[in-house]
Amino acid sequence: MFASSELNQRNRNRERVFRVLFGTMTALLVLPVIIILVTLVVKGGPVISVEFLFGNPTNGMTAGGIFPALLGTVWLVLVALLASVPLGVAAAIYLSEYAADNWFTRAINLAIINLAGVPSIVHALFGLGAFVVFFGLGTSILAASLTLAIMTLPVVIVATREALQAVPQSFREACWNMGATRWQTIHRVVLPNAITGVLTGVILEVSRTAGETAPIMFTGAAFFLPFLPQSVFDQTMALSLHLFVVSTQVPGMPEQLPFGVALVLIGIVLIMNSLSIALRMYLRGKKKW
Amino acid sequence: MPANPARQTTEVLSNTDFDHRDLDWYIDRGVQILVFLGGISAIVFILGIFIFITKEGLGFILEDFSFREFLFSPTWRPTSELKETYGILALVAGTASVTGLAMLVAIPFSLGTAIFIAEFVDGKTREYLKVTVELLAAIPSVVWGFIGLSIMNPLIIDVFDVPVGLNVLNAGIILGLMAAPIMTSIAEDALKAVPDRYREAAEAMGATHWQVIYKVVLPAAKNGLLGAVLLGVGRGFGETMAVLMATGHSINIPTSVFDSVRALTATIAAELGETAVGSPHYQALFTIGVFLFVITFCINLTADLIVRGIRKE
Amino acid sequence: MVAAPQSPATAKLEVRDLAINYGTKQAVSDISLTIRENEIFGIIGPANAGKTSFLKAINRMEDFDTNMSVAGQILFDGVDTRQVRNVYGLRRRIGVVFPLPVGLPMTVYDNVALAPRLAGVRNKAELNVIVERCLHRAALWDEVKDRLNALGSLLSGGQQQRLTIARALSQEPDLLMLDEFSIAIDPVTTMRIEDVLKELRQEMTIILVTNLVQQARRIADRTAFFLEGSCVEIAPTEDLFTGEVSDQRTRDYVEGRFG
Repeated sequence: MFASSELNQRNRNRERVFRVLFGTMTALLVLPVIIILVTLVVKGGPVISVEFLFGNPTNGMTAGGIFPALLGTVWLVLVALLASVPLGVAAAIYLSEYAADNWFTRAINLAIINLAGVPSIVHALFGLGAFVVFFGLGTSILAASLTLAIMTLPVVIVATREALQAVPQSFREACWNMGATRWQTIHRVVLPNAITGVLTGVILEVSRTAGETAPIMFTGAAFFLPFLPQSVFDQTMALSLHLFVVSTQVPGMPEQLPFGVALVLIGIVLIMNSLSIALRMYLRGKKKW
Repeated sequence: MPANPARQTTEVLSNTDFDHRDLDWYIDRGVQILVFLGGISAIVFILGIFIFITKEGLGFILEDFSFREFLFSPTWRPTSELKETYGILALVAGTASVTGLAMLVAIPFSLGTAIFIAEFVDGKTREYLKVTVELLAAIPSVVWGFIGLSIMNPLIIDVFDVPVGLNVLNAGIILGLMAAPIMTSIAEDALKAVPDRYREAAEAMGATHWQVIYKVVLPAAKNGLLGAVLLGVGRGFGETMAVLMATGHSINIPTSVFDSVRALTATIAAELGETAVGSPHYQALFTIGVFLFVITFCINLTADLIVRGIRKE
Repeated sequence: MVAAPQSPATAKLEVRDLAINYGTKQAVSDISLTIRENEIFGIIGPANAGKTSFLKAINRMEDFDTNMSVAGQILFDGVDTRQVRNVYGLRRRIGVVFPLPVGLPMTVYDNVALAPRLAGVRNKAELNVIVERCLHRAALWDEVKDRLNALGSLLSGGQQQRLTIARALSQEPDLLMLDEFSIAIDPVTTMRIEDVLKELRQEMTIILVTNLVQQARRIADRTAFFLEGSCVEIAPTEDLFTGEVSDQRTRDYVEGRFG
C-alpha cells in the first residue's frame, strides 16, 4: 500500500518533469522568434511612414522610401499567380478527380514533392537558363514570375487537392448517377464546395512568392532602378531583394532603414498567412453537410 | 412473349438517341485533357529543371571538369588570373557544418515541441501553438538572413568576444530556427497519426503518460519523425539567402563554430550575377546546381518513402 | 392486383448472362432477364442477394469503382450499355435512388433543378414548374415549399431520401430504379410515393428493389426473387403470393420462412 503510493508519487513527479521539460523546449523554440519579431517592430516601426511606403529611394538608397520595391513585389506576385493558379488548380483537379492510383500518379506526386524541395537557388538557375536565356525573355518580370510560379506550384496543388478531397465522394456519385459528366460534377458540386480551400492555398502562395529572393535575383529583379516597370518585359525592384541589398550591398546605410524594410516584408507575409489560417478556421466551423 | 420483330426494331432505332456524343461529352473530354496537362506539368517542370541545369553545366562537365578537383579540392577560385580552380570541398564543408549545427539545434527542439503539442496540451492551447508554429514557418529566408546579420551578429560578438559574428554558429542557429517549425509540424502529424487505441491499450495496462509516449507513441511514429528530420536536413541543405547573409561568406574548411564559411547555394547566389553566360565559371555554378539538385532529390525521395511507409501500415 | 401491360411488350432492358465481381468475390452470376417497357419490376431477396449490384451495373456504376467488374450484356433500348459511346447520355435516361440518401450541398431548389439545368433548361418559369412537380411527386413539397433555399445536405434523413427521389424524377428518366427507397420514410408518406409510382408507370419503366415483400406486392407487376447472386425466378407478382411458383425457396422467402 505504502510502496504503491510512493510509486505513484514518483510517477507523478516524473510526469511533471517531462511536461516542464517539453514545455520549456517549446518556449525556447517560440520565444527567441518572438523576441526577434519584437526587435524588428521596435527598430523598424519608427521608420515606417506614408513617405516610406510610397516614396522613392533617395541618396543611393540610404534614405527615402520603398515604393518601387513594393510595387515590384505586387507585379511579381500577380504575374506568378496568373501562371501558377490555373496550372496548379488543373493539376489538383487531375490528381483528385481523374487520376488512377498507378505509377504515373505516383510519379506526378514525386515531382510535386521535389518541386517544393529543390533549393530555391536551383530554381533560379533554371529560370536563368530557361526563361532568360533559352526562351529569350531577358531579365524581366515575366521571367522572374514564371520562375516563382514553378517554385510555388506545389503550394497551390497541395492546398487545392486537399480542398477537393474534403468533398465527400457520395456527392460525386450522386451527380454521376444523374448523368452529369465528370466536368459538370466538378464544376457544379465539387469546386463550389472547395473554392474557399483553394483560396487559402492561393493566399499562402502569395505569402511564399512575396518572400522569395534567390529565384528572382538573376531572372528579373534589379538592385536599383530609376524608373517603375511599364510592362512584364521590364525589370523591377522587389521588396525581398531590396532587403538583401540595403542590408548587405550599400555602404553608409543608416541602421534603422533595413529594419523598416524587413518589417514591411514580414508584415505582408504574416498577414497573408494569418488570413489563410483564419479562412481555414472559419471553413472548419461552417458545416455544409 | 409476343415478339414483334419489326416493331421492336423501329422502337429501338427511335429510342437510341442517347447513344451519341454530344457537346457535353466533348467538353468533358476536353477538360480531362486540359487538367491532365496540368497534372503532367509538374513532371515536365522537374525534368525541365534537371535537363536545363545539366545542359548549361554540360560544357564544364565535358571540357574543364576534373572529377577529383571538383569534389576534393578545397580551393574554389574561379576568377584566378593564373589558373581557375573549381573545388567545392570547402563549400560542401561550409554547407555541412551549418546544416549539421542547425540540425543539432532543430532536432531536439522540434521533436520536443512536437511531443509537447501532440501529447501534453489540447484544446485552445494546442490550436494556438500550432498556428504559431505555422506562422514561424512562413518567415522568408531573406528576413532570417537579415536577422543573422543585424541581430545575431552583434550578439555573438558581444557574448563570445570574437571579432566576427557571421560564422557557422550564427548561420547554424538561424537555419535551425528556420527549419524547426516545419520539422515540428511534420513530427506532430506523425505523432497524431498513431492510433488512439495504442495509447488506450497501454494505459489500460497501467502505463503512465510518459511511459505511453516513450514506449508506445514514439516507436510507432519513428518513421514519420525520421521523415521530419530528413526534410529538415533537405531544407537546411538547400537554403540560400539566410546562409548567404549569415555565414560570413568566406571559403573555409571550418575548425570551430566561430569560423566563417561559405555554402554551396550561397556561392551560386553570390557569383552567378558576375559571370558571363556560357563561360566556364557560369557552367561550374550550374554544375553545383546539378549537385544540389541530385542530393536534395535523393533526400526528398527518401523522406517521402519513409513517411509514406507509415501511412500504409 | 395490377394487371401486366397488355400491349405488345417491348423490352426496355435485356440482361444476358450478367456476372458481377468485386475483386475476386462474386456478387452476381448468370442473371438473364428482360424488363418490359412501362412495367414496375420488383426485385426481392435477402441481404447480399446481388440486388444493389444489379442496379449498379445497369447504370454503369462500375466506372466509379475500380474494384467492380461486370461481364455479360445489358441492353438498354437494344443498345449494349458496355459499348455505349456516351455513358452520360445513358445515365441521363436512368434515374436511380439508393438507400443511403444524398442531398447535394446546394439549395433544395438547386438539387432538383440540377438535372434540367445540365440538360440545358434555362427558363426560370420552366424550372419552377419542374421543381414543384418533382417535389410534389416525391411527397416532399409541403415540407420544403417555404424553404427551397435551405441546404439539401442538411435536411433530415427522410427528407433527403425524398429529395433524392425528386432529383431522380427531375431527369425525366425512361427507367427509374429505386433501391429500398422507403427505409427512412414513414409508412403514410411511403404509401403516397407508391401511388405516385403507379401513376408514373404510364411514363416510364420502374425497377423497385425492396426488402419489404408487401411493397412489391402492392405495386410491382412482375417480381424477381434474387438469392445469393442469382435470379431464382421471375413471376407476375400475384403468383408469388398465391403460391403459384415453381421454386420452394421463393415460397419460403415470401412467406417469411427464411433465415
